[in-house]
Parts: sequence; structure tokens; C-alpha cells
Amino acid sequence: MSLLNLHLKVWRQNGSQPGHFQDIEAPEIPDHASFLEMMDIVNERLISKGEDPVAFDHDCREGICGMCSMQINGVPHGPEKATTTCQLHMRKFRTGDTIWIEPFRASAFPILKDLMVDRTAFDRIQQAGGFVTVRTGAPQDANALPIGKEVADAAMDAAECIGCGACVAACKNASAMLFVSAKAGQLNSLPQGQPEKDRRTLGMVRQMDKEGFGNCTNQYECEAACPKGISVRWITKLNRDYAIASVKEAFGNTPKVAGGGD
Amino acid sequence: MSLNSNIPSGPMAMKWSKHKQDSKLINPKNKRKFTVLVVGSGLAGSSAAATLSELGYKVKCFCFQDSARRAHSIAAQGGINAAKNYQNDGDSVHRLFYDTVKGGDFRAREANVHRLAEVSVNIIDQCVAQGVPFAREYGGMLANRSFGGAQVSRTFYARGQTGQQLLLGAYSALNKEIASGGVQMYTRMEMLDLVTVDGHAKGIITRNLVTGKIEAHAGDAVLLCTGGYGNVFYLSTNAMGCNVTATWRAHRKGAFFANPCYTQIHPTCIPVSGDYQSKLTLMSESLRNDGRVWVPKKKEDCGKAPDQIPEADRDYYLERKYPSFGNLAPRDISSRAAKEACDDGRGVGPGGRGVYLDFAEAIQQFGAKTIAERYGNLFEMYERITGESAYKRPMRIYPAVHYTMGGLWVDYNLMSNLPGLHVLGEANFSDHGANRLGASALMQGLADGYFVIPTTIANYLVGQKPGSITTDHPEFKKAVEACTAQTKKFLNINGKRSVDSFHRELGLLVWDKCGMARTREGLTEALKRIPELREEFWQNVKVPGSGDFTNPELEKAGRVADFMEFAELLCLDARHREESCGGHFRSEYQTEDGEAKRDDENFSYAAAWEYTGNLSQPTLNKEPLTFEEVHLAVRSYK
Amino acid sequence: MFKMKTSHMSAVFDSLSRFYASSIGKKFLVALTGLVLIGFVFGHMIGNLLIFVGKDAINEYGHMLQTALHGGGVWIARLGLLAAVGIHIVATIQLTRANRAARKDAYGQHKAQVSSKASHTMIWSGLTLLAFIVYHLLHFTVHAGNDYGTYHTTLHGETVHDVYRMVIAGFSWAPASIFYIIAMLLLSTHLSHGFSSLFQTLGVSTDKTEPLFKKLGYAFAGLVLVGNCSIPIAILFFHYGR
Repeated sequence: MSLLNLHLKVWRQNGSQPGHFQDIEAPEIPDHASFLEMMDIVNERLISKGEDPVAFDHDCREGICGMCSMQINGVPHGPEKATTTCQLHMRKFRTGDTIWIEPFRASAFPILKDLMVDRTAFDRIQQAGGFVTVRTGAPQDANALPIGKEVADAAMDAAECIGCGACVAACKNASAMLFVSAKAGQLNSLPQGQPEKDRRTLGMVRQMDKEGFGNCTNQYECEAACPKGISVRWITKLNRDYAIASVKEAFGNTPKVAGGGD
Repeated sequence: MSLNSNIPSGPMAMKWSKHKQDSKLINPKNKRKFTVLVVGSGLAGSSAAATLSELGYKVKCFCFQDSARRAHSIAAQGGINAAKNYQNDGDSVHRLFYDTVKGGDFRAREANVHRLAEVSVNIIDQCVAQGVPFAREYGGMLANRSFGGAQVSRTFYARGQTGQQLLLGAYSALNKEIASGGVQMYTRMEMLDLVTVDGHAKGIITRNLVTGKIEAHAGDAVLLCTGGYGNVFYLSTNAMGCNVTATWRAHRKGAFFANPCYTQIHPTCIPVSGDYQSKLTLMSESLRNDGRVWVPKKKEDCGKAPDQIPEADRDYYLERKYPSFGNLAPRDISSRAAKEACDDGRGVGPGGRGVYLDFAEAIQQFGAKTIAERYGNLFEMYERITGESAYKRPMRIYPAVHYTMGGLWVDYNLMSNLPGLHVLGEANFSDHGANRLGASALMQGLADGYFVIPTTIANYLVGQKPGSITTDHPEFKKAVEACTAQTKKFLNINGKRSVDSFHRELGLLVWDKCGMARTREGLTEALKRIPELREEFWQNVKVPGSGDFTNPELEKAGRVADFMEFAELLCLDARHREESCGGHFRSEYQTEDGEAKRDDENFSYAAAWEYTGNLSQPTLNKEPLTFEEVHLAVRSYK
Repeated sequence: MFKMKTSHMSAVFDSLSRFYASSIGKKFLVALTGLVLIGFVFGHMIGNLLIFVGKDAINEYGHMLQTALHGGGVWIARLGLLAAVGIHIVATIQLTRANRAARKDAYGQHKAQVSSKASHTMIWSGLTLLAFIVYHLLHFTVHAGNDYGTYHTTLHGETVHDVYRMVIAGFSWAPASIFYIIAMLLLSTHLSHGFSSLFQTLGVSTDKTEPLFKKLGYAFAGLVLVGNCSIPIAILFFHYGR
């Protein structure tokens, strides 16, 4: 194990007040530490000096909860492929390195403090249709609905999304298309999701727009930054599903029952 | 106080059906008038909140994370058990029930376990209907695997992310209800206290983790779905935010805490690499199917590179001690064996707390390609964290705290001894006894939330006047003031040590004295040290910043303060239970060959501790455990 | 009865305007109009290349365009193209503004990992092309500031516009040729991203076809660059037709 001496440029901000980069020296960081453990060490030192520690989101620290964020040297979750910030380790850096640490930036992700952002826009998008309307206790036997392995595997590919927002952070347009397409795509590709497919697609895309995310310009930075490697083919599918749903909405029969259309 | 577990009468297999028949119903029009507060949004919390809302109750759901989807249920890897018998290999509700009672080392309540096994089948149906992408066979049917040494294949799984997928399913149900207006969701809200009115749980006090505002919420019933207390050990596989505060605060308000000493240690985690370490990472147990566990025979070899240690100088201790199970010996047994080897000074890696899990032979036998196919993602994860390739040198592993079986005492209705306070999932004590089987945690969380509480809560609510207690009640005011005062107190101590440094010290102490193996002597030492440390904490902790804004240090301080108190109960319970069972191993109580020695005559009960105001002298209440269906037997893995 | 009809009509209109108002809807139209414009670029290039076949060939082609459908064809095409260009530009400007609004505060550091320079400059290559199109139309269609409109020749005994002479004259002037070449460079970068991108937006790309569309896009961009630039280069530098 060796120790690294690092120069950090950390974004500091209190709520909606203007923020700035703070230069923080981080000497003697063990290279076995994870990136967040490096932040812990930095914070302990700040606290002992009577300074304000850096606020950042984190929870499971095993790459699955999606809570950790941070733009590290211009890339969400840092330089390692398919790795969340909590699983990034300091051995990927060299002593003397300058590391830029910023929050995920998007108008739809307002900064709460320092590196913490508000990602509840993702929840609201899910609430606009990211579910199958089924009551507890209503379903048939699980094996009564055969689903081909390929279909199930593809749905699982989409379902791996951890909702961290790296796709938004990486996109030059702060677009949430990868997230929304993975969430809608999982259900839209399964038989259980068919009855509500159009409604779901329209609802989620409209909520996405309402939240102020940008548009997809097909640069696929989201896929490159995604810690779970979600494919942009889900965006292709969302584009298609949305067009079809819109055509049906515009030209199809009007449902007579309240609540059927929307 | 006598504990009434409210177990329905009648034959075991009919108890739940009978109870459902006998349970009270509330008129749909009246349901709307009841408000239920659900704390926690993991499997138990999300599923309960969604289902209660579907039934018509008004639900408020709280979580400290920024989204309900991030609760730590999400990290469960392996799978979920269900007695579907899709594999036609002889599984049944009774067999799952039997395995769970036996696996729990006969310290669980039979009736609860039977109900768990019964509803397990409904859980799978429910999850599939929600769109949970379980693994499937080519024909479109659900796939199963055998897990945790079970002799039948009853485990359903979604790659290595079953917990995530089940939670996303429950979260989607929750979203559906949020959208319909039935559930009001409060994220980044931490419960600080429980409010009781005339002995009934009628509300909670929360702190808004963004604005710092301390608020009161009143309801007709409170559901704690707040998970386990594994982070009392500081290092565990739990998420950083997992804490005991909600259940501990309820305990201080009168709820009994049962069996805190039942803690599960998982044998295959990545060892600690330095004192900066914040968290331990679990590696799937499946690795033990092909890996061989060993340490050097000689202490002086520990510093050598593993390939410099000749075969003759290696001690394959699991194969040596347990010739028939070998490297697949159960979790508690292999964990303890690793500890013994390291205590003996033969541990490897930084700090000497690690053993080798060697794939050299498997690679030689099956080829690196096959091994990569089986464990590629795990090897990758290991390399990401340690910087070492397990293809080239043996992995280093060490046990870590993983799950806690103890929790608040609940009756068959999942209601604690405090009327109105219901406890679900890992936060309660009821279903796993002294040891939890693999793939059973997810099952229990969802069983409680989707299927049990929606029926049983009515038994309490039917006797309540909806909305009769509001936050205007003086108890709420009192509780808000107390929480505000505590916040101020933290900020005013202005000592020298960070919250984490106290947490780390507490964790090391508890791990050392109340971890994998416990002794009366060690526990007594811990019980002396914990109050001292707690005292120092309150004198010398440094919490920077203010209470009026986001302040993660303040959040941690509140959690650690409660761990400081809880740790004492944990050690007291461990010291009082003079037997070894499941996750509780007392070195004084073992057979000649080092196996756990249960004392059914004296300890066949659930220990439900009552807060007395004196942390060192809680009152012990006992719920005797009787076994009608499964006969007491000795677990043996020789 | 009548009332019901209008409400249905307006329902359709409402839905379509909602489609256009959405991010995906606008992009869908950008892709569709992009496809039209790609077709035009290709056809236009083939027509232009007739200059190398000979004077009569390109003049005959020009005459055919002017007289198709009794002279109506060219106007249908022009209006169609105008609509396509208009939608393409208005929608992309709206999208770009929304994209800017979606991230008001810039990163201190922002690294693109996989996207091309071309994809980052679509709005600028596009707007420069717009300026070029205006110039190009003034130059060769409206004949503003020149007398190309008076160039006539006889073809099969008919007096027709002498496109051949106009093109040679037009590109003999170096600034015009250079602007043209720059515009074609920008067009090819625009196409190198836009071509495959449109299949993604229209929802037809797959893992198997995407690499194909990508390569096709590069090939098409290259073809357009070489094909179109060959004309001014031949005229300006190799004195073709002069």
C-alpha cells in the first residue's frame, strides 16, 4: 500500500446560493481506500480543523443503491468503466494528481449542498407510469404467464439501472432519456406491461419533459458513463414506443370510460 | 409484564387461515379515515405502504434516503425462497417451514414461520405480476436454484441483484399509490422519536434532512420497517445509513427489544484493509463451491506470498475439521473457524484478519474460462476493491456482520407490546430465530408487508377512533422539544473527536467482545467499557455546522448516540443467554469438537427486554417457545 | 353532429401539438425532415455531377426540373424542401434552447468520452449551412448580383437556361468556391452524425444495424463531400470548362 498526495478542487455550495471551487489538499491518502473513504478522511481533517465538511450523498457503498454521485474529473462516477463512485478506488490515481470533484449538474437536479443534489425528479417520472397496475393479492400463478428467457433477460438488462443520474450528468443536454427508457423499457418489453404500455410511455416522457431535462442528441455519453452499462438501444425503443403511442392517441378511438385515455 | 403472542389456536397448518377468518374488517368508507405512518421504504416498508393504500388507508411513508428505491434491501444478492415446488423436487410449505425453524436453531416462533412459508408462494406471483424480471428457463418458466445448503431448489433470483429487483417491484407499487394520492411520501426524512399517547403509538417525530426542520406526524398506527442494527459493529455489509434509531427510540418509549444477541456473520466478505475502511463488501457464498479455504500452518509464513507456501505448509482447516461438508460448512461455523485461525496468529493480509479462498485447484481442473463463467463478475468486483486478481493469487476473505435476527418484539399480528406500534421485516425478531437461512430475508420483508400486516392491522385499528389524536396533543409538543434539545446539545458539545471516530471505537469493541464468539468475561469487559465510551461521546464529540440545514455529521451523531445505548443491551442479552445457538456463540457453551451447544431446558424462550430508564438494568421478559411440529434436534454438519 | 366533428378534429390537433411539444416528438420531426434533406442532398449531388457528363446533360437536367409538371414540379419540390428545412431548423433551435436550459451552470471540467466533435457542433454546422443555403440560392437560383439569368443556350432546338455556363462562371470566382467547399465540409460533419442518428430517433436502430448505419453515414458524408467538392475544385483549380 502506498500513500498519495492529492490536490482536490471541490465544489462548495449552500442550497441555492452561488457556489465555488475550494482547493483542498489531501496528503497521505492510502491507495487502498475507496474514493468515498478518501472523502471521509478529508472530512475528518476538515472537522478537526473546525471547518465545514464536504456534504455528499452515499449509502450502500457497494455499487447498487445509486445514492452516490459526483462528477470526478469531468466524468460521472470517475474514470473507471462501469463503476460507481463508491467502488472507485484511489489506486486509480497517482500522487500529485489534481482531482476535480463536482456535483451532477442539471437544472432538474438542484444542488442541495456541496455535492448533494435533489434527484426526486426521477421518482416523479416513475410515478407518472413506471409501474404495472396490479393490486396485492390479485395475480395468477407466476408460471401461468410464460416469458421467454430472451425477453426476461432483456428486461433484466434494463432493470439493472440503479437510478443514480450519471446519464443525466454525462449528457451535454442533461437528458434523462437513458434512465426513462430503461425504466419504461423494462415494463414495455414484458407481457405484464402491455396493457398500460402507451399510457406509461406518454406519461413518463411528458413528466420527463416537465422536469426540465434536456433532449437526447444521440451522442451516447450516457451509456459510456452508466455504471451498469445500460444500452442506448432502450432509447431507440422509447423513441419508437412514444411515436406509436402518440399516433394511437391522436388518431385512435376515444375511450368512452373516464380514466381510460389520458 | 406478560407477553401475549396472540398465536391463533388450531393445527399449525390452519392457524393463518383461521386468523384471517377471525381478523376484523373495516368498512371501506372508514378505512379512508385512518392514517398509517410507515417508517422505512425497504421491502417491508414499501410493500406495506403500497398495500395499505390499495386497501384504502391513508398512508404516510418516510425514508432517510433521497428516494424510496435506495433502502438497503436493494443490496441483497442471492435470492428469495418460496415453496412453489416448481422443480418437483419434493418442496412444500411444510418443508420450507421445517427448514426455517431448524435453520433458526429452534429459537423462532413456529406459528410465524409457518405463515411465512405459506405466503412465500404468493410473493412470487405478486412480484412477477409487477414485472420483476426473475431468471427464466428457455421455455419461459421461472428458474430456481438451491441456495444456502438447502436440499431443494426453491430460490428465485434475478442475476445477482434479487434484492434490487424485488425492491424496485415494491417501489413501483408504492409509486402507483403515490400517483393515486393514497400514499404521501417523505424522502430525506429521518425518524427521531416515537410518540405515544396513553401507551399507544400515535405518531413520530422526524427531522427533514434538507431543511433541518423537526416535525411531528400523527397517525392511527405506526409501522416500523427500519431494518436491522448491524452497524452497531461500525463495519458491516450494511449501508452507511442503516441505524437502530427508530427501533431504539421505540424501545425507550416502552417497546420490548427481543434477542438482540442474534447477529449473523457472513463468512465470505472482503477483509478490512486499513483503519480508514468504512464498509465491508460481501462476496457471494457460491464462491465456496469451487474455492478452498486455507491459512498457513506456521505463523511465520503469514507474510509470505501465498505461492511461496508449499502445499504441506497449508492448513485447509475447514476440510480438516468438517470432512463431510468441508468448504461448504454453514455460515456461522465457517465464520468462527476463520476467526479461530486468525486468533491463532495465522491470518493473512493487512492486520492478519483474513484467510485464503484459493481457486488454483479449480482453475487447474476446469480451466480459467469455466471459472470466469461461474464467478467472473465476483472476481472483477474483488479486483476493483483489492487491486488483486483472484485468478493469479488466492482471494482473501474474512467474516463480516451481515444481518441481525433480533429486533423489536411483536405478536402474531406484528404488533409490539405497545398498542399501535407494528414492526415489520428485519426490524422485528420473529421469524428467523437465532440464525437466518440464505434467501429468507427478502421473503420475510415482503411477506410482512404485502400479506400479513394488511390483514392484521385491522385488529388494532378497529378499536381506534380514527384521527382522534393530532399533533396538537401535548405529547407531540414534548417530543418535538426533546428532539430539538438533543440537536442543540450535539451542536454545543464542541469536543475534539469526530462522530465516526466514536462509532469506529464502539464497533471495534462490540466486534471484539460480542462478535463471532462471545465469553462472559469479554462481555463483562464490554459492558464496563460501553458506558465509559458513551460518557466520553457526550463530553467530547464534535458536531460541526448547524441544525437548520443539511448536516450529515448531525445525522450520524444521532444514530451513533443510539448505538452507544443499544450496544449495552446487545452485550447484556449476549451475556444473559448462557448457551450457544445460531448466530450467538458463547465459547463456554460448546461441544468437545467446538460445536454450538444449545440449552433448550433453560433458554428456549425469546428474551424481550424492557427499558427501565437505567440502561444497565433492563427488565427481562420471556416468551416461552414451544415446538409442536418440529422436534428439537441438534444441528450437525460433521 | 357538426360540433362533435370539430371536437374530434381538435382532439387530433391537440394530440399532434402535444407530440410536437414533447422532446421526442420534435426530435422525431427533425429526423424525418433530416431524412428528406438527405434525399435531396443526394439527388442534388447526382444532378450536379452531370456537369462532368457534358454541357447538354446538365442543361437537359436543369430544363427537366424547370418544366416538370408544367413548371409546377419545381415549386412543389421547393415548398416541400422549404417546409423540411424550416421544421428542421425551428425544431432544432427549440431543442437546443431547451438543452441549454437543462444545464444552466457549467461544469468546471466536463469530459466527453465517446461522442464526436461533429455531434457537439450540429447546431453550428447546421446554422452555417443555413447561411450557405441562403447565399447559394441567391447565387444560383435568384441570380442576385449576377447576370446568370441571362445565360441561354439551345438544346434540341429549344432555348433553355445555360446551367453549365452558370456553374462554370459561378465557381470560377474563388471566394464562392471556397465558401462552397467549407459548407460541404460542414455538411459532411453534419451528416456524419445526423445520418445514423436519425435511425436512432425514428426508433429503428438495433445492435446489429447501428454499426451499419454509422458506417453508411460516414460513407455518405464522404461521398457528398467528394462528389460536391469535385465541381468547384475541377473548375477553380483544374480549369474544367473554362
